[in-house]
Amino acid sequence: MNQANLSTPVANPRRGSLQRTLLTVALILLACLAPTVLYPTFLMKGLCFALFAMAFNLLIGYVGLLSFGHAAFFGAAAYIVGHALKVWGLPVELALVIATLSSAFLGTIVGWLAIRRQGIYFAMITLALSQVVYFVALQAPQTGGEDGLQAIPRGYLFGLFDLSDSMVLYYVVLAIFLACFFMMQRIVSSPFGEVLRAIRDNEPRAVSLGYQVDHYKLLAFTLSAGLSGLAGALKAIVFQIASLSDVHWHASGEVVLMTLLGGIGTAMGPVVGAFTYAALQNYLAPFGSWVFIIQGVVFVLCVLVFRDGIVGLLGRIRNRIGFN
Amino acid sequence: MNNISPTKTPVLKVENLEAWYGESHILHGMSFDVREGEVVTLLGRNGAGKTTTLRSIMGIVETRTGTIEINGKSALSVPAHKISPLGIAYCPEERGIYKSLTVRENLMLPPVIAPGGMSVDEIFDLFPNIAERLNSGGGNLSGGEQQMLAIARILRTGCRLLLLDEPTEGLAPVIVQAIGRVLKMLKARGYTILLVEQNFRFASTVADRHYVVEHGQVIDEIANSDIGRESARLHEYLGI
Amino acid sequence: MDIFGVPIQALMGQVLIGLINGGFYAILSLGLALIFGLLNIINFAHGAVYTAGAFVAWLLLEHLGIGYWGALLFAPGIIALIGIFLEKTVVSQIYRQDHLYGLLLTYGMALIIEGGFRQVYGVSGIPYNLPAALSGGVNLGFMYLPIYRGWVVVVSILVCFSVWYVIERTKLGSTLRAATENPALTKSFGINVPRLITLIYGLGVGLAAFAGVLAAPIYQVNPLMGSNLIIVVFAVVVIGGMGSIMGAILSGFLLGIIEGLTKVFYPPASHLVIFIFMAAILLIRPAGLFGRKQ
Repeated sequence: MNQANLSTPVANPRRGSLQRTLLTVALILLACLAPTVLYPTFLMKGLCFALFAMAFNLLIGYVGLLSFGHAAFFGAAAYIVGHALKVWGLPVELALVIATLSSAFLGTIVGWLAIRRQGIYFAMITLALSQVVYFVALQAPQTGGEDGLQAIPRGYLFGLFDLSDSMVLYYVVLAIFLACFFMMQRIVSSPFGEVLRAIRDNEPRAVSLGYQVDHYKLLAFTLSAGLSGLAGALKAIVFQIASLSDVHWHASGEVVLMTLLGGIGTAMGPVVGAFTYAALQNYLAPFGSWVFIIQGVVFVLCVLVFRDGIVGLLGRIRNRIGFN
Repeated sequence: MNNISPTKTPVLKVENLEAWYGESHILHGMSFDVREGEVVTLLGRNGAGKTTTLRSIMGIVETRTGTIEINGKSALSVPAHKISPLGIAYCPEERGIYKSLTVRENLMLPPVIAPGGMSVDEIFDLFPNIAERLNSGGGNLSGGEQQMLAIARILRTGCRLLLLDEPTEGLAPVIVQAIGRVLKMLKARGYTILLVEQNFRFASTVADRHYVVEHGQVIDEIANSDIGRESARLHEYLGI
Repeated sequence: MDIFGVPIQALMGQVLIGLINGGFYAILSLGLALIFGLLNIINFAHGAVYTAGAFVAWLLLEHLGIGYWGALLFAPGIIALIGIFLEKTVVSQIYRQDHLYGLLLTYGMALIIEGGFRQVYGVSGIPYNLPAALSGGVNLGFMYLPIYRGWVVVVSILVCFSVWYVIERTKLGSTLRAATENPALTKSFGINVPRLITLIYGLGVGLAAFAGVLAAPIYQVNPLMGSNLIIVVFAVVVIGGMGSIMGAILSGFLLGIIEGLTKVFYPPASHLVIFIFMAAILLIRPAGLFGRKQ
C-alpha cells in the first residue's frame, strides 16, 4: 500500500524529538487523569480497541497486508481468558499469557496459510479462516453458544491488586497498553521493521535482496495476532464477557475501520481511530442498525476522501497553517 | 536543422510534448511532424523516449503536456479510447497479442474506424500464416506470427496513419524481409507510417525521413536521401 | 436403499440442496470474477446485492403486485441500474488506488445496504411465497423432488452457461476478455473500456440480484442472508481462482455438493467444510484449482 507512509518529515529533528517526548509525557499524564472525567469502562474499551487496532496496523501499515480476519484472534483470546478465569480459576496474569500465546499460535497457523497468496486473496483467506473460528465458537460446548461466557471473574493481579475495582483495572490496562505501544514503536523502527516496510513497498525487490519474505510476513502476522489476542483478553476481563460478537467478522471490519479512520501506518492513528470509534459506538448504541449504516458511510468517506485518516488530516491542517 | 519536409499537410503533429511515467519525466519537449503518405522513423538509443512518444500519442501514457494533433484535431485531452477514431492505429513493441483471445478474435477485435480498410481476404493474402492459424490461441503464435497479426489487425480498421513500434525486433531475417515488403506495399497504397526502429538498415529501406531522438527530444532530422552523406553523424548518435 | 448407511432419499435431498447452494455460489463467484477481471476490485458488496435482489422481489410484490416472474426480470434489472449508477459515481473514483481500497469501499457499501434493510425491516425473515406454477413436487422413485428446487438448479446452470457462452464465444465476450487482459491497449484500438467496465459491474451485480430472487422462496427474505454467503463465496473464489469463468462456475457447484454431502455424513462440519477445503487447496495448489501462478 503506497498510501500508507504518510508521516510528514519533521523540519528540525532535535526539536522534533523533544516535542515528541513532551507530547508523549503529556498524553500519558492525560491518560492517567482521564478516569476522573470519563468513565473508566469507556476508557478501557478505547484502550482495548486501540491495542487491537495497533496490532492490526502492524500488518496493514508496515507490511501492506490487509487481514480481514483479525476478530478470530481477538475473540478466541477473549473466550480463552474467560474459560481460564471462570472454569479453571487461574490467576489473571497467567490467564492473559495463555490467551495471548494461544492467539499467537492461531495466528501462526492462519498466517502460514494466508501468506501463500497476495493482495485481495490474502484478505479473503483470512476472512474465510476467521469464519472457522466463529463456527467453532458457535458450536463448541465450552463457549456458551449464543450467550457467550458471562460473569467472567476479574480476580486479583499478582494476588495483590483487586481488579474488580474499575480504577485499579484501568491503570493495569493502561500500563499494559503503554508497554505494548512502546514495544510496537521499537519493533517498527528496528531492522525487522525496516524489512517489513521494504516488503510493503516492493516485495519482489525485498525477495531479490535475499530476504526470506515469507518468514518476515509470518512473524509479523504472529505478533499481530498475539497482540490482538491480548486486546481481546483484556476486553473480556473489562466487560466480564466473551461473546460471539467478538469473533464475528463484523469485529474484523471494525478494526479495519478504526485503523483506516485514524490513519494507516502511523503510530497514533490506530489509537485516535479506536477512541473515535469507541465514542461513536457509545453514541450510536441506542439507534439500532444505524451503527452499521454509519460505519459503512465512514468507510466509504475514508476511502474516497481521506485515505490518510484523522492523523493525516491533522498533519495536513498543521502544515497548512504553518505550525511545525 | 535543415527543413526537408515535403509540403503536404501534416497528419500527425507533435509539438513540445512532455510526458511522465509516475514521477519520472521521460519526454522533454518532443517536436516533429509526419505528412500524408510519408514513412518517418524515430531513431535513437534505448531509453531515448521513442516508445514513450508513441504511447503518449495513443494516450496510454496519460500524464503529458504540449500539442498532439492527429488529422488536425487535438489528441491531448481526449480519453484514450477516442484517439484511434481520429484515424490512427498503433502496433506496440511487445505486439500486444491477447493470450485469452484466439487469432481470429485478435484479428477482429479492433473496430473499423473508417471505410477503406483491408478486407479479411486481402489480409489473408498478405499474411497467409494467419489464415492457417485462425483458431489457435493468441499465446500459441511464434514471434513472427504475432508481429504479422499485430500489424494485420490494425489494417482492418481503415486507419491511414499507423504507429509501428519496432516491428522487426527479435525476428528472423526472412520475417524482417517479409515485414519490409508489407511496409513498402502500405507506403505504395498511400498509408502514413511513423516507425520506431533500432534496425537502422531496415529503416533506411522504407523511410522518407528520420528523426533522431535523445533524452526525450528530437535532436536532428535527416532525409533518407542524405543518409549516405550523414552516416558518420548517425553513427555518432546511435553508437553503432 | 442405503449408501454408506445413509438412506438414498436423505442423501439425494442433501445433494439437491448442495446443488442449489452451489448454483448460488457459482452465480456469485462468476460475478465476482467478472468484476475483478475488469475493475480490479473485489466486490465485498456482492452478498448485500444478493440480499437486495431478494428484497426488491418482495417489495415489487408487496407494493406493485409484481409477482415472481416479473421479479426475476425486474429485480436484477433495477439493481443493475443502481449498480451502474454507483460504479459511475463512487466505485470509479478508486481505480487508481491499491486493490485493497476497493475491498474496503465495497465493504462500506455492504454495511450501508444491509444496515438499511435491517433498520427498516428488522432481522427476522419475511416469507416469499412460491409461484404457483413451481409449487408442489414430483416423486422420482429414489427421491421426492420439490419442483421449485429443481427449477433453481436448472436455472442456475442455464444462467452460468449463458454467461460463459457470452464471454467465451461472442464478439462482446472477446472484447471483454481483451479489456480484462490489457485495458490500455484495448483502449488504443478505440474500444470504450470505461463503458465496458460499467456494463460489467451492472452485469455482475445483476447476476447477484438474480440469485437473490431465486433464493427468496427457499430461504426467507432476510437482511443478513447475503452476509454469510459472501464469505463462503470468497472461499470459493480462493479455491477456484478468478482467472477462469468456467473455473468459477465449476468450483461453485463442486463446493455446494461437497457441503451438501458433509451435511449427510458429518453435520457439525457442514459450515466449515468449504473453509477447510480452501485451506487444503492452499497447501496443495496455492494458486487455486484453476488459477495460474500469480
